[in-house]
Order: sequence, then structure tokens, then C-alpha cells
Amino acid sequence: MASRIRIRAQLKDDYCEVKALMRHPMETGMRKDQSGAAIPANFIEDIQVLHNDVVVVQAYWGAAVSANPFLGVRFKGGAQGDVVKVVWRDNHGDSGSGETTIR
Amino acid sequence: MHKGFIRGISAVLIGLWSAMLFSETEGVFDEYRAMLGDDNPAIFVIFDGEEIWFTPAGPKSASLEQCDLGLGPGVVEGAYAQLPRYFADVDRVQDVEARLEHCMTQLQGLTPAEVHGKPYSLRGDLGTELEALVAWIADQSSGLAIAPMQAHAKERATYELGERLFYYRAGPHDFSCATCHEQGGRRIRLQTLPNLTTYQGAAEAYSSWPAYRISQGIVRTMGWRMRDCMRQQRMPELVMGSEATVALQTYLAVNGAGAPMAAPGLKR
Repeated sequence: MASRIRIRAQLKDDYCEVKALMRHPMETGMRKDQSGAAIPANFIEDIQVLHNDVVVVQAYWGAAVSANPFLGVRFKGGAQGDVVKVVWRDNHGDSGSGETTIR
Repeated sequence: MHKGFIRGISAVLIGLWSAMLFSETEGVFDEYRAMLGDDNPAIFVIFDGEEIWFTPAGPKSASLEQCDLGLGPGVVEGAYAQLPRYFADVDRVQDVEARLEHCMTQLQGLTPAEVHGKPYSLRGDLGTELEALVAWIADQSSGLAIAPMQAHAKERATYELGERLFYYRAGPHDFSCATCHEQGGRRIRLQTLPNLTTYQGAAEAYSSWPAYRISQGIVRTMGWRMRDCMRQQRMPELVMGSEATVALQTYLAVNGAGAPMAAPGLKR
């Protein structure tokens, strides 16, 4: 799944605010479809926020996170024009990423 | 006298308490929306819809580019805000879904049964093509005033039919749309019930559909909203693109006319 991530990074006071909206079904594995068959689990397990290729946030997600998740994080040390990247990997081994520059 | 006074006070207190509870729960959703800011997961569905519009499909392997949504073949920008409207080629008033069905059968050669097969997502689905198309088409009217056409006699008749349906009580619960939506300041479970007979209530409702439903993870259309309201009333299933659903949407659109479209919205 070549996934798109909408990502923004904005400098505020002394921190950089990153907002990322990603497309993912985040199936828990507990749901059933109309015919009663279980829908296989498919969710993001690992997500990272990188600032100029340095990991500033790493999170391990699970089935409890909503579909099409929205991630908001803040970190210090960013400057305008720096590259911020968000990368995720799900339990199927699929991955998605998106990057932007801090404004 | 004394007892009555105390009872009066407690009634006031309970009133205050429920009012506080009420605003608190509203606040949670407002906070949620504020957190997302300009971001709405519907954006992904909008991209899908645009792609579907331009992708050849059906037995005739045609795209929907020549589809006339009321402003001429292929004109999508601003079209949603003027729907439902009268279309001379079919001699009836259509909403966006009925019009898309017309285009899919005429241009792409699909059968009505194929289009009707599954217009809206069922449990576990990740969205239908119709939902994506409607999301994109509505987004192309974002910010424009709701201006449903009311020039043709059939358009006015559709509004009147919508109004009649709105107040029509039926079904095992003897319900009508008006039962829930004719007064303000009430709620069902935690959701505020808008008064759809007023400009403000109708405008807020009409301008925010189609919408991304957070609890379902998909975009739902106004047609779906109408159908689900009917289901909640235990009425027979409201058919997509039917005279009844077009009439109800016309009633709402005309009541809310003038307000800017803000769809796709973000809902619980």
C-alpha cells in the first residue's frame, strides 16, 4: 500500500508542531463483515517522526488507534526549512511515509 | 406551598445540571474538531472521487467527464450547491446521487441495478465509489452559497413534497422527521438535534454533508443520512435517488439556502 500522509510542520514559540493525517484502515481484527466473516487485523505497529533524519518521536501503535489516524507531536530544536518526515509500518509489513519542511 | 417551592428549586437545579452536562459533551466534539483544524480524513476520499470521475468504467468504458450536473457537461465546480434541481433530459428533479446514477447508466452503460447494488458502505467497508464521487463533487462547491434551484414548477413541487414528508407521521412508532427536528435545544443520546425547520438548523445540517464519520471511518452522503433517519424511524428503506429522498433534501436545501457549503464535514 503506497500510502499518502498529509503532513504539516510549523514553528511556534520554542517548539515545532507536527500534524500528520494518514490513511489506514486500522482494522482491529475483531470486526466482522456483512457475511459474518472476521476482517483480518491490519494496523500500524510502528510510527516514527524524523527531524532531518534523526528520530525525534517513536511510537508503538496497536488496534486501539482509530482508522485514518491523526498524529500531533511537538519537538524542540527545529528551524525553518528543516525536513520533517513521518514513517509508519503496519502488521502486514506495509509502510507509508510523508515529508515536509518546517515553516 | 413550601414543598412546591423545594420541588421548583430541584427542578431548576436538575435543569442547570443537564445543561452543563449537555455543553460539556458538545465541547468534546468541538475540541476534537479544533484539534484536527483544517485536516479532515475526508481529503483522501476526495482524491479518490476525483480519480474515479476521470477513470473510464462500465461496458462503454467511459469516464464521467461528460456528466452534466446542472451547469453543463463536465462542470463540477459549484454544481453541488445548486442541487437538487430540475433536469430537462429526464424531466424530473434530481439530487447528486440520482444524477450520478443517470450519468453512470447513460455514459458508462451500467444498469440501474448495478448502480443501486450498493450505493453506501456496509459494515466493514472502506467506502463506495458513489461516496467518493459525492465527496469530491461537494468539495468542489465548498464555500459557495447553498442555492437549490426553485424556478421550475417541478422544483417547487418537490419542495412541497419534501415538506409534507417531513411532517408525515407513520411507521410502528408513529414518527415523522419533525418529531425530532422541529424544535431546538434537544438531544438524542449525546447528539444535539437540529431544528431543521429553521434557517440556522437546516443550513448547518445541509452545508456539512457529505461528512467524514469519525466513528465509522468513512464519508457518508446526505442521501445516506436521509436513509438512516428513515431507518431510525422504522420506515421502509429510502431508495437512493428516489423522489422521496430528493424531496427531503430539497426541503432541507431550500430552508438552508444562502449559507456557505462547508462539506465534507467532520462528524462524530
